[in-house]
Amino acid sequence: MDVCTFENVGIRGTNIVVLGVEKKSVAKLQDERTVRKICALDDHVCMAFAGLTADARVVINRARVECQSHKLTVEDPVTVEYITRFIATLKQKYTQSNGRRPFGISALIVGFDDDGVPRLYQTDPSGTYHAWKANAIGRSAKTVREFLEKNYTEDAIASDNEAIKLAIKALLEVVQSGGKNIELAIIRRNQPLKMFSAKEVELYVTEIEKEKEEAEKKKSKKSV
Amino acid sequence: MALQDVCKWQSPDTQGPSPHLPRAGGWAVPRGCDPQTFLQIHGPRLAHGTTTLAFRFRHGVIAAADTRSSCGSYVACPASCKVIPVHQHLLGTTSGTSADCATWYRVLQRELRLRELREGQLPSVASAAKLLSAMMSRYRGLDLCVATALCGWDRSGPMLFYVYSDGTRLQGDIFSVGSGSPYAYGVLDRGYRYDMSTQEAYALARCAVAHATHRDAYSGGSVDLFHVRESGWEHVSRSDACVLYMELQKLLEPEPEEDASHAHPEPATAHRAAEDRELSVGPGEMTPGDSRMPAGTETV
Repeated sequence: MDVCTFENVGIRGTNIVVLGVEKKSVAKLQDERTVRKICALDDHVCMAFAGLTADARVVINRARVECQSHKLTVEDPVTVEYITRFIATLKQKYTQSNGRRPFGISALIVGFDDDGVPRLYQTDPSGTYHAWKANAIGRSAKTVREFLEKNYTEDAIASDNEAIKLAIKALLEVVQSGGKNIELAIIRRNQPLKMFSAKEVELYVTEIEKEKEEAEKKKSKKSV
Repeated sequence: MALQDVCKWQSPDTQGPSPHLPRAGGWAVPRGCDPQTFLQIHGPRLAHGTTTLAFRFRHGVIAAADTRSSCGSYVACPASCKVIPVHQHLLGTTSGTSADCATWYRVLQRELRLRELREGQLPSVASAAKLLSAMMSRYRGLDLCVATALCGWDRSGPMLFYVYSDGTRLQGDIFSVGSGSPYAYGVLDRGYRYDMSTQEAYALARCAVAHATHRDAYSGGSVDLFHVRESGWEHVSRSDACVLYMELQKLLEPEPEEDASHAHPEPATAHRAAEDRELSVGPGEMTPGDSRMPAGTETV
């Protein structure tokens, strides 16, 4: 079974929502493009997951169909809360029926509602969901969450770039090989999902490393 | 569920419209008969005939209707209410079969209330119209007759949708529905502006319904006027249709010189009408006493 318990981080900024995931290193002969952990559910909602990839595929498919059915019956696009509730209800059904096992995934669902408010939700295999300002799921979720608790301030999410950098910094805490293994996606208000290419991620990583060095220098100057 | 599939057990359909409604397509007709033709020949003759109108303007949506419920040539109720409130910010004008309208509006109220509880906010007028038309289109071909205009105020401001029981759903600024609608449209198209004041809108709506009740046999009784504002809907007035029409006529009267100029061409009009009967189909009844007929229409 292909188990993906790699780190996922979600940040809710003021005008942007960021999802960052740790990519596992791809085997030599494997085509990298077929491994996608951040999936769009609709134009304004996307999700990342940690757990069994195959289970995630089923859930994502059902969620995508539900987004379109909702638009068909009710004319409005889904709210992030609605689709999260749908996914959570689906997961709960499988915990309470005979002959089936629960879905083995936790998901981070981000997006913007019609009223322009950004949202981040997390669901777990039992079918509960909660709204978060910033969260992490995966193997070292605890470490990353502690980092976020310390560093998620109003300043940190003041601008879009700062929010993106916070997500990358959080991932760099636990990701082994640095920027190469990070996949990043953002949604800005009234804009569709944007996946970052490896180069763009590298740019941010270099910027973060520069800031770190400067902070180190300042510290050492003070101590001298 | 795996075991359920084996036992072929169906979970109750709590997501669909009310379980109290008959299954779609479940009209019991003798074997071998097509339901639609059977209903046309043997089905019950249901009440039709009305004038309702609704239009959208800067300060909200106006809904107006007559109050006569007719069943063929028999007036079943001279004081019925054809504007049904759905919730605080949504009204529906009803036309067609009164029973169908009443039932489907109750189903719509249930759907919207459930969605409000689930989602935490009321669905928009567009959603309500979509839900109603989708529910009714399942019963297409079974003589359901509901022609309604949904008037409401939601997040995008005043909204107006026309929904018909075959599944038609149209958004617009002015709709008039019913047997008296052609007469109402004439008046509405003449006087409608998006930037009207509230009083102008009330006057226009009353005028349109009054004129329709004057000419249409199936419309009459009183004129109901409703206004949907940002703060919710409000029943503005119910005035007797005849009284209203006479008052409107009185407003037109005080122009004696116009009467004198029309007095001369009148005998000529009557004479020509008698001679060229086969040609005088066009501009309605050219009665000699009709002083409002402009002189320019006597073309032969």
